[in-house]
Amino acid sequence: MMSTNLPNAPIVNEFAITAATVNGSGSQTANHAIVRAIFRMGIPVNGKNLFPSNIQGEPTWFTIRVSARGHSARPPVAPILIAFNPHTADADLAALPAGGICLYPDEGPWRPQRDDVTCYPLPVREIVAASGFEPRMREYAATMVYVGALAALIGIELEHIHGALLHHFKGKTQPAALNFAVVRAAWERFAADYPAALAARRFLLEPGGATTGKILLDGNTAAALGAIFGGVSFLSWYPITPATSLADALGVYLPRLRTAPDGHPTYAIVQAEDEIAALGMAVGAGWAGARAMTCTSGPGLSLMTEFAGLAYFAEIPCVVWDVQRVGPSTGLPTRTSQGDVRAASFLGHGDTRHVVLLPGNVAECFEAGWRAFDLAERLQTIVFVLSDLDLGMNLWTSDPLVYPDAPMDRGKVLSAADLERLGSFVRFADPEGDGIGARTLPGNPHPLAATLSRGTGHNERNVYSERPEDWKANMDRLSRKYETARRLAPQPVEENDPDATVGLIGFGSTEAVIREAREALRDQGLPTSFMRLRALPLGEPARRFVARHRRCIVVEQNHNAQMRDLLRIHCPEHAARLLSVAHSDGLPLTAEFVAEAVRELV
Amino acid sequence: MTTARQTINALGLTRADYRGAPSTLCAGCGHDSVASQIIAAAFELSLPPHRVIRMSGIGCSSKSAAYFLGRSHGFNSLHGRMPAVTTGAHVANHTLIPLAVSGDGDTGSIGLGGFKHLLRRNVPMVYIIENNGVYGLTKGQFSATADEGARLKHAGVNLLPPIDLCAEALIAGCGFVARSFAGDAKQVRELIKAAFAFHGTAVIDVISPCVTFNNHDDSTKSYAYGKAHEEPLHDLTFIPRYEEMVEEFAPGEVRDVRLHDGPVIRLRRLAADHDPSDRLAALMLLEQARVAGEFITGLIYLSEGRPTLAESLGLGPVPLAELPTELLRPPPEALAALNQSFQ
Repeated sequence: MMSTNLPNAPIVNEFAITAATVNGSGSQTANHAIVRAIFRMGIPVNGKNLFPSNIQGEPTWFTIRVSARGHSARPPVAPILIAFNPHTADADLAALPAGGICLYPDEGPWRPQRDDVTCYPLPVREIVAASGFEPRMREYAATMVYVGALAALIGIELEHIHGALLHHFKGKTQPAALNFAVVRAAWERFAADYPAALAARRFLLEPGGATTGKILLDGNTAAALGAIFGGVSFLSWYPITPATSLADALGVYLPRLRTAPDGHPTYAIVQAEDEIAALGMAVGAGWAGARAMTCTSGPGLSLMTEFAGLAYFAEIPCVVWDVQRVGPSTGLPTRTSQGDVRAASFLGHGDTRHVVLLPGNVAECFEAGWRAFDLAERLQTIVFVLSDLDLGMNLWTSDPLVYPDAPMDRGKVLSAADLERLGSFVRFADPEGDGIGARTLPGNPHPLAATLSRGTGHNERNVYSERPEDWKANMDRLSRKYETARRLAPQPVEENDPDATVGLIGFGSTEAVIREAREALRDQGLPTSFMRLRALPLGEPARRFVARHRRCIVVEQNHNAQMRDLLRIHCPEHAARLLSVAHSDGLPLTAEFVAEAVRELV
Repeated sequence: MTTARQTINALGLTRADYRGAPSTLCAGCGHDSVASQIIAAAFELSLPPHRVIRMSGIGCSSKSAAYFLGRSHGFNSLHGRMPAVTTGAHVANHTLIPLAVSGDGDTGSIGLGGFKHLLRRNVPMVYIIENNGVYGLTKGQFSATADEGARLKHAGVNLLPPIDLCAEALIAGCGFVARSFAGDAKQVRELIKAAFAFHGTAVIDVISPCVTFNNHDDSTKSYAYGKAHEEPLHDLTFIPRYEEMVEEFAPGEVRDVRLHDGPVIRLRRLAADHDPSDRLAALMLLEQARVAGEFITGLIYLSEGRPTLAESLGLGPVPLAELPTELLRPPPEALAALNQSFQ
């Protein structure tokens, strides 16, 4: 728990910083450099960007949380403010706790008016004028001034800022040096102007070894890399925040990692005309034998509804990443949510139900990236992966990405030689009782191989049929397949406390906030167990967890308690003990909020 | 070259090997005539059935994908979405030869956007629109290609101007644009053969009468109207190999359009001499026919040279769908280096 009553002894490696800037001003470079420099000092850190649906000129806030304890949820209070947006500065200053610190441009129109906060005006224009930046780039250089001042204020080692800038500029020394010169000048000026601030730092970074072996990465890049190591060969997509950076990362890393020795790409990327076509192309490519995926967010998911039903019913493997944002409708397009749980699990009309992976952290985004293809091809169906803006677009300190632990599973595909050996082919026969028939790929020359895939009613030979018994038999087999999916999908992870009568249930990016809330609750005498769901459909482990606890509280970032409802459907005998902390206002949840909401329920 | 008279083609296959399931369309449906010519064209071209994929959306026309090329793989997909599915299939395996059947509702209304974007991308395929100006499976509503003032028993009078799918194709950059009439079997067949030989998307808008809902005498999409008014631009013959052209013609009587890998489309002049390589002339032709109320058929525009989608993407000879695992999954060292780079 972060104290709002700041003591006099320095606070070491456990505090937060808010940088309030104007979007489009280049502050992302500055903020990421700060985060990576702290990471390289060996201190766990993450950064959350709270940005508007706008290209330039609107307010944006970046929160950096330093936590030796490894907490990465959004901090409720940040005692250090970089007030570089005069339009929001009054409100930003008001949000500072007593004893907080405010850095702001000295020449700007805004002056802080609070006695209980230490304020440091920075000669931004003067430092930038001496920097050698050409005039049109000076706004960018201004953000480097607060990097240098902050480094002096809390003790970020300059060599790591230089390294972080080099990382940002992909090793190009010239822009890194130009920016770093501003950082250094600002550092020196701050040290000269405010020697007392350096002599007795109130918030202090002490280098450690806590990030050794860790990585600093966003979930969308991890997802893209997971797909690449999972053999993605076809991406069709339509631009939409916050999924665009996933497609962008595929565009960056595929040429590097997946160019064949003969120079040809082993992948293709097609930017579609809309999300309907994006999934339609993925379905066509999956049908033809590619590892096909698309990535989108809520509005795009809605448009994909009919194709999702087709992929389910015609049994075509493909993967859909939904990086969730706040809906309904256009909603809050640049804010985070877990609001597509129900939509994804049932997308389509009629009796559809889908496999949905729920990565909870950056490393799991990578795992879901490759595993989704194995599941899609094994189950011959559409597989959804639900990430969200917070997980997908923000920088997290993460365990390293782990190489796939199994060879690719291409599922039941019959070659011409297989057909020759078998002597017959019935597309939707179910000899193994797992609900999955063998498929043939277009291009298979065997005379038995061809079928006409279809979304219309069909018999087990994939021939059009309106016979009631054929329809029923097909849906019964799809139910068997769903049971197979229940077994194959990643199982929940549990942390059981023998003293707990209360179980918390979560999924996705809220893992961090629930973990922190549990610590607080335990400190307050309320031990809890925790189950983090990693996939739908839910299985027996989820039912057993619920049965073991007097009360289970499902923590989720949506308004209608969607996962709680799915759990109630899954184990109706325990419906009454399944309670909900469901909250969606666009901001990532805080541990304080979750702990308080849980206390109120029990 | 396999001719209509031969019973076995160059692959040793019979005409029956290119047939599909029995049609369930209304007796006399224009779409069945088109299906017969698809079968004839594929047989005569000796197309390997497994290399062709038959693609369709939803509607009477799309149902007909089941009624030809039963030994070809296929996908009867969603209403208006065949272009997207075919695009994905082409990129996954560019050695496949897509043959698509669509309708005026499937392409001209719900799928118009996808149609235009498919043409922009130049997905190499035969795209046949079976155009009857009416929704059949839902019992007789006007489609977007119905003529202004057209009458239907239940729908009444159509007050809106039609969408000309050939004009849409031309404007979208399509390099093979043709119109035909289901009652003109030879022209349909020769156009389909030429379309198979074309390097890019080949669109054939076939006026294909709906005998149940739109075949009355004053319908411009009826057999009677088509037979009375069809004005072929040329007498068109597809010749698979240049050296097989033996017939001599007087100067100016024929135009020979040579395709990239050898075949020739021989256009014998009938009335005015339309040059199908001239895009502006093609648009003018369509507009003049519209104003004059004429039903012109034949090869309206042909221009090869644009890269196909797979070529634009720089894909190699081995289809993405057939790449070995070792080319799909980078080695562990690559991931180790990435982890290092994220520190």
